[in-house]
Amino acid sequence: MTSLPESTESKLGLVIDLDICVGCHACAVNCKEWNTSGYHAPLTDVDPYGADPSGVWFNRIHTYEVESASGDSQTVYFPRSCLHCEDAPCVTVCPTGASYKRTEDGIVLVDEDWCIGCKLCSWSCPYGAREYDAQEGVMKKCTLCIDKIYNENLPEESRQPACVSTCPANARHFGDLGDPSSEVSQMVKARGGYDLMPEQATKPVNKYLPPRARQTELANISNNAKLEDASPEGGFLGWLDKVLSD
Amino acid sequence: MHPAYSVIFFTTASGAGYGLLALMGVLNAGGYLPVDRWFGLTGFILSLGLITLGLLSSTFHLGHPERSWRALMQWRSSWLSREGVIAVLTYVPAGLFALGWVILEQTTGIWMIMGVFAAIGAAITVYCTSMIYASLKAIPAWTHELVSPIYLVLGLATGGLILDVLLKVYGKPISGLSVLCLMALIVGLVLKLKYWKTIDKTPPATGLASATGLGGIGKVRVLDKPHTSENYLQQEMGYRVARKHAEKLRRIAAVALFIVPIILVSLTLVAPALAIIASVLAFLTAALGVVTERWLFFAEAKHVVMTYYEG
Ligand code: SF4
Ligand code: SF4
Ligand code: SF4
Repeated sequence: MTSLPESTESKLGLVIDLDICVGCHACAVNCKEWNTSGYHAPLTDVDPYGADPSGVWFNRIHTYEVESASGDSQTVYFPRSCLHCEDAPCVTVCPTGASYKRTEDGIVLVDEDWCIGCKLCSWSCPYGAREYDAQEGVMKKCTLCIDKIYNENLPEESRQPACVSTCPANARHFGDLGDPSSEVSQMVKARGGYDLMPEQATKPVNKYLPPRARQTELANISNNAKLEDASPEGGFLGWLDKVLSD
Repeated sequence: MHPAYSVIFFTTASGAGYGLLALMGVLNAGGYLPVDRWFGLTGFILSLGLITLGLLSSTFHLGHPERSWRALMQWRSSWLSREGVIAVLTYVPAGLFALGWVILEQTTGIWMIMGVFAAIGAAITVYCTSMIYASLKAIPAWTHELVSPIYLVLGLATGGLILDVLLKVYGKPISGLSVLCLMALIVGLVLKLKYWKTIDKTPPATGLASATGLGGIGKVRVLDKPHTSENYLQQEMGYRVARKHAEKLRRIAAVALFIVPIILVSLTLVAPALAIIASVLAFLTAALGVVTERWLFFAEAKHVVMTYYEG
């Protein structure tokens, strides 16, 4: 059924901290690693070791430069993946019902066994979150690691999406964004988390935290600790300095 | 957007086929068309043939063509599904209309009503086709309010040009139809020019500022790409050749689809001796023109996701 649910019991999603992300691509790699044997297995690669490799990835890390009005510039690493939108256009355009949003947790999924590979859902997604697997002829996308987050064979602390588990900088957080008291919701509130392309009116569940304001004043190091004079005048040290310098 | 040939063929061929079918249904109801078995047969082979080939070609680009029947399931939310459902339903009155005309040589009463239903189905199908594209907000140029009217008027014009040729070949030309074709072509030209003008001057609502949310800090530019070779997104949505040659291609489309056919159809009205050859040429250039127009419709349109890659 590709009509969207009126509401979902929870809104599982990610909060990505652009202040902290160091652009290491570990999230993308671990996502690929987990998912190539998970729900959407395999995440096909074409010509992986050749001159023109391509393949299905659910997470892509862009790099931008932001230049402020004062000419100050900073580099921002920007991981891009499915935002599990509340008003997901990728769901309503699907003619078969293969694309759907779960009522229980709001996760947007593709049922590969139903997908006819018309690609329309990928056209409708403003964020480029869906990648077509040409070898299998079906659409694939981020599942928020449903086969990991609910997996009771895994220790509790591993029941997080692969990208979150692996991020060495702790720039990615997972939780229920529908619950205002959850850690992720609190984080969004405290840091001014925002939606990507709000003009597209997709109501993304995932939020991004902006880079923190930069420190513009340099700390005055010389004031902090007064070092002793290297060529003291007079006294015992002065005498010693004089004797040793000769 | 990458212009897939199967989709260009699908939208133009089925558009012309539905235009022809609708005109046969409506003009027959008005009693304007010859109740001739062979005329009817040619008309139905052409209209239902173009429609069927178009619909079949639209399934060629599917990853799983054998599952295409499932596309009929989600008509509540999906325009693609609605298009499929109405297209299939339209075959029923169209088939009965053809049966009456060709086998029984009956085109009045219930058979005439079938023709009218077929015409209504044809119009709704073409509208649904246009809405598949017009409903995609991620491709702003396609959401323009003129997209659906243009699809409809171009289907009418190209289908009308086919019927015009047919009637002339059968020695039963209807000057009213030629005038209708002229009007459809002129309206088409005006709408298309207006469409091009507005999409050119509408500033993009999405830029890197809102795509990354970093616009509040300052000017955002792409520093490094996320991968070294092209991925699916860039292959499917990053088509830029057309935007580079847009001006020239638009001129070709306007001349071939509208200007030349307008001149040729006018010629058939004033010089009946040249009617057949002029109307055939009018259809052929219009066919070339509508394919160029449709190719441009896809190839020129920028998908907002490319903002992440190109700024
Ligand atoms: S990010 Fe794209 S694929 Fe994911 S839910 Fe939103 S529209 Fe659908
Ligand atoms: S590609 Fe598959 S999931 Fe996407 S719209 Fe088509 S049938 Fe639905
Ligand atoms: S793993 Fe963490 S730090 Fe590395 S690119 Fe992904 S989000 Fe950024």
